[in-house]
Amino acid sequence: MDNFFDVRKSKLDVFNNNIRKKVVVQTKINISEGLFTKCESCNELIFHEDLLANLNVCPHCNYYFRLSARRRIQSVVDKGVLTEMFLNVNTTNPLNFPGYLDKISQYQESSQERDAFVCGKASIKGIDVAIGALDSNFMMGSMGSAVGEKVTKLIEFATLEKLPLVIFSASGGARMQEGIFSLMQMAKTSAALKYHSNAKLLYISVLTNPTTGGVAASFASLGDINIAETKSLIGFAGPRVIKQTINQELPAGFQTAEFQLEKGFVDLIVERHKMRDTIGKLLKLHKKEV
Amino acid sequence: MDTNKISAWDRVVLARHPKRPTSKTLIDYIFPDFLEIHGDRLFGDDQAFICGIATLNGMPITVIAQEKGRTTEEKIKKNFGMPHPEGYRKAIRLVKQAEKFERPVCFIIDTPGAYPGIKAEERGQANAIAQNLTELITVEVPMISVVLSEGGSGGALAIGVSDQVWMFENAIYSILSPEGFASILYKDSTKASEAAEVMKLTAKDLYEFKIIDKIIKEPNGGLHDNPQTAFNDFKKSLEETFKELKKMPIHELLQKRYNKYRLMGKFEDI
Repeated sequence: MDNFFDVRKSKLDVFNNNIRKKVVVQTKINISEGLFTKCESCNELIFHEDLLANLNVCPHCNYYFRLSARRRIQSVVDKGVLTEMFLNVNTTNPLNFPGYLDKISQYQESSQERDAFVCGKASIKGIDVAIGALDSNFMMGSMGSAVGEKVTKLIEFATLEKLPLVIFSASGGARMQEGIFSLMQMAKTSAALKYHSNAKLLYISVLTNPTTGGVAASFASLGDINIAETKSLIGFAGPRVIKQTINQELPAGFQTAEFQLEKGFVDLIVERHKMRDTIGKLLKLHKKEV
Repeated sequence: MDTNKISAWDRVVLARHPKRPTSKTLIDYIFPDFLEIHGDRLFGDDQAFICGIATLNGMPITVIAQEKGRTTEEKIKKNFGMPHPEGYRKAIRLVKQAEKFERPVCFIIDTPGAYPGIKAEERGQANAIAQNLTELITVEVPMISVVLSEGGSGGALAIGVSDQVWMFENAIYSILSPEGFASILYKDSTKASEAAEVMKLTAKDLYEFKIIDKIIKEPNGGLHDNPQTAFNDFKKSLEETFKELKKMPIHELLQKRYNKYRLMGKFEDI
């Protein structure tokens, strides 16, 4: 009998030591060195350089980390070069919402961006494009006046210069702190797109994780080609709001990229690694003879 | 009650007053010959939208209205004025029809928002709203939108892209309900009255912001007290404004419509 307890105790010790050791090791690496990132999905440690090189996709389980707007654009344009435009558009506080500008400053510091949209001119596989991307790291990529203005300026530039347009969306929707002004950005951006479309120019909209609310219900849905990035959540209302409204659980796979494909609202689903090639191919297929 | 001095929250309460007239009451009063027409030709007929043709001083116009319903039974049928995608698609179908027959369009906005449900998502709520926003900007007939009571978010804006946007005096128009706003930004939906003040959702605020072009005056106790005068004023303004807008060459009308939305938003150049 004593023997039984001894055996169990030694097994427990081994188990405990292993668990404890594991925790210690992870904490040490994460805090003191910052060389590794822990995968949010499989918990594996990933060498930071490997993650960057792999476009923020976990090499172990294929989990998609967020990609900043700047890196997103770099990942698809030729030589990673963007001629950035409309840098002078800056956010204000139209409703004098308490703490809003402080929050903006914090995000500006952490992201080194002025607001949630980066855009300009670049080429993809040798074809000139007007390109922009929302940044979900900046206040959930929400669209206030400054973001709406930059998106509109980019679309108008593309119309004027007869350029195809590529926009990557990643957004929780309109920015609440700017109230009605944010709502009106939906109308403004969609209006500009109508004139781009009437000029028979190509617009490729890429919906990435997540694209919801006022961005989904305006320019993100209006592509000649709507691409959903693999594993993206795409919808009008967020899952939490829907759950509260209908008071029941949502079906599995609801509002995924696959769901949107099945329901007919996106043209194709593309993996992050194949995005540049796919966009390049689409641009080539739409290239006008001169 | 002096409606010049009441708070934003008081206006929210008036806008949602159980006795406040709905679109149906307004239509019955100012368009006695209104003929309702149905369906989006794609999926079905969304009851949260009442659409049809009527005459305004002899001039045929298309009327597209969101309807919350007046009795409990009606409210359920109308889904409390929260449209599904087929509602927005019915609206844009009838706008195109109006364009073909050169009829001006009157939109009556009254919705807490587009419905956030499973079927609405399956049928493409975001896509339906986006399509309307982009299509409406180049429709070649004069269009006027009026917020009768509640203009909730993208679900309202989807019929709110027009040559002129008006509001009844105690109507509200906002990015989200005050309750939703409070729950997101204050993490407390009971702070809705506080949110209503901050949000600037009253007709007066939005007129000052140049988001809307006209306020239709209501009687002191709110529209339900005596709607006739306000309804008559609205009808008269509608007649006059359509007459003016019809004189404008189409390219000028569309340019003005574009510029109107182009200038919306507050930011700085640095």
